[in-house]
Amino acid sequence: MSHILEAHDIVKQYATHRALDGVSLNVPKGCIFGLLGPNGAGKTSLIRIITQITAPDEGYVLFDGQRLQPNHIQDIGYLPEERGLYKKMKVGEQLLYLAQLKGLSEREAMDKLKVWIKKFDIKTWWTKSIEDLSKGMQQKVQFVATVMHEPKLIILDEPFSGFDPINANLIKDEILELRQRGTTIIFSTHRMESVEELCDHIALVNKSRIILNGSKKEIKNQFKENSYSVSYHGELGNLPPDFELITTKDAEGSLQQATIRIVGDATVNQLVGNLINQVELVSFHENIPSFNDIFIKAVGSDAPDESK
Amino acid sequence: MKNIFLVLKREYLVRVRKKSFIVMTFLTPILIAAFYGIIVWAAVGSFKSEHKTIQVIDESGLFKEKFKSDKNTTFELISGPVATAQKKLKGKEDKLLVHIPADIMSRPNGLQIYAEKNIGPMLKNRIEKVVQQGLRNIKLSKAGITQQVIEDANQDVDAQTYSLDDEGKSQSSSTMAAYVAGYAAAFLLYIFILVYGAGVMQGVMEEKSNRIIEVIISSVKPFHLMLGKILGVAAVGLTQFVLWGVLTFGVSSATQTLFGFNRFTATQEVINKQAEQADPEVKKEMEKQQNNTLQTIENFSKSAQSLPLAKIFFCFLFYFLGGYLLYSSLYAAIGASVENQQEAGQFTFPIMLPIIAAIIFAQLAINQPDGSLAFWTSMIPFTSPVVMMARIPFGVPAWEIVLSMALLVLGFVGTTWIAARIYRIGILMYGKKVNYKELSKWLFYKG
Repeated sequence: MSHILEAHDIVKQYATHRALDGVSLNVPKGCIFGLLGPNGAGKTSLIRIITQITAPDEGYVLFDGQRLQPNHIQDIGYLPEERGLYKKMKVGEQLLYLAQLKGLSEREAMDKLKVWIKKFDIKTWWTKSIEDLSKGMQQKVQFVATVMHEPKLIILDEPFSGFDPINANLIKDEILELRQRGTTIIFSTHRMESVEELCDHIALVNKSRIILNGSKKEIKNQFKENSYSVSYHGELGNLPPDFELITTKDAEGSLQQATIRIVGDATVNQLVGNLINQVELVSFHENIPSFNDIFIKAVGSDAPDESK
Repeated sequence: MKNIFLVLKREYLVRVRKKSFIVMTFLTPILIAAFYGIIVWAAVGSFKSEHKTIQVIDESGLFKEKFKSDKNTTFELISGPVATAQKKLKGKEDKLLVHIPADIMSRPNGLQIYAEKNIGPMLKNRIEKVVQQGLRNIKLSKAGITQQVIEDANQDVDAQTYSLDDEGKSQSSSTMAAYVAGYAAAFLLYIFILVYGAGVMQGVMEEKSNRIIEVIISSVKPFHLMLGKILGVAAVGLTQFVLWGVLTFGVSSATQTLFGFNRFTATQEVINKQAEQADPEVKKEMEKQQNNTLQTIENFSKSAQSLPLAKIFFCFLFYFLGGYLLYSSLYAAIGASVENQQEAGQFTFPIMLPIIAAIIFAQLAINQPDGSLAFWTSMIPFTSPVVMMARIPFGVPAWEIVLSMALLVLGFVGTTWIAARIYRIGILMYGKKVNYKELSKWLFYKG
């Protein structure tokens, strides 16, 4: 089974609002899966169905090839966007409690916690109340609570919010290490630079539907426009009709920059051939769209929701 | 099941370790003991009254020999006019003036007592009694009844009440003991349901506003979480109840050994003090009263023992759990639906109404334990725990208790079901002001 999670035609209807409208999704095992989408698109509704907080009205979810059922809760770790811990409870007690709710025995929980305590250097916090910790420290505790029972699937909703760059890096490394060990991570965020950096696959949810779904490479290919950035010295004259000159501008000194799109069936080599005949080429590279661009473009071009 | 227990355990430990719990648990029995101590002290102390001089203007001439001075009171017969005597009274706090008008025989309420300060009820009683007895004796003598007959006729009556048990044997019972036990049990239940129900609501609201709820219910079913919390708080309540019982018993027996008295000797002391200051004739009366009082105390303790204590205790536990489950699940639903205390207010009020009604019905039921109001309110699950506890010490037919308990079980299963449906939606609902229409919709939402 290559998919840890398969969602089939999920529909979730709230009183007057259809939060999910026939959502299907496959999450391959052992990848970091970016679940993206504007606010209110239905990401949280989908996550809540996966975590079995709510049930879908229609459709079903397969977890590791099986219909989602209560014992799968132990194999899922969930870090909600709105963080929360019992403020007056001690760090140690709280972590042990949360681990036991995930089905670990007290001893197992203790053993697993020891590793994390060492890793995050939080031993001195053990007997402190949550309310006595800084926000970043609380986030760390919450991250440990999410992953300590070694789930097969970890769902992280905006995991970096509230962290300083050093701690954000620490968490990022942990996420990468978890993937290395075969854990699948569903990663929901609005920070496109971390999507760029971490995600292998993405799905884009907009207005209760999935509008984009695939590997990072597939999606980038889907959105690239066959355009190239060129910098050169000299004067660029007319190009054959297969090549469309989109922009030109002066860079530093006599350096010029241009964006050229290949419109027809011409190849990159033909473009380069045409260019070196006219100018002295300095650099040449394909314009690959950033996820930021893709996000804005995909959401922007999505047909307006008629139900509203 | 395991998760319910985990939630229960956490809930219990967190609450039991709270400072407020420890303070309340240990302070309350001490406060009760202190309260009792103050009452006894005040009762004993109030008889150490200062000396009073009572001037009597007896215009009727009938009471010359009747007022007897003693250690604390001196009666002086003086001759009027009243106005002069009144003037002399000014500024003398230890003096009183009694004016018996000439026509006292035909106008018994013409008796007047003047004092700089208010006169105590004991002393007023004493003066009135002398005049009243004097008048009665004169009138009876005039009707041809001898002194001997009058004394013989002075009989005190105190009814012994018996309740017939199932086998038709009569059992000595004291209405007083049942009254006290019934009221105490009902009131305790009322307080427990209110305090611990509100505790559940607070706990749920805390989880919601902390936002930990989403983490927890990705591990635990909302219903299990709610149940664990409710049962955990119930366990806290029972712990407190048991500790109070043990501590109150401990503290009061400690005080008794420490100060070398128990309540009976304390009462005795009060009576002795009273008797000391009385003249021989009154003393005789006092002794008679004292015997009566002792008899009453003995009857009371005997009948307190005759109360079905084991049954009361068992029923208390059952009705506490039943009533608490009924109300606390509703409190949990409210806690889940609102986001702050102010919002909670509008929903808690309708829930508190039946509890408050229950304690009022309980007071009525104590006075008429077998009335139809008592019967029906002890069947309706919303009022039955409190009202039934008030009735049980008076003896309630077994079938009524069984029926009431069964209805209560149905009641709390029903409210828990409703509460769970509201709870599971409410805990994840933020930024939306709920009303009853909204809540009723939640009942029919699918999982």
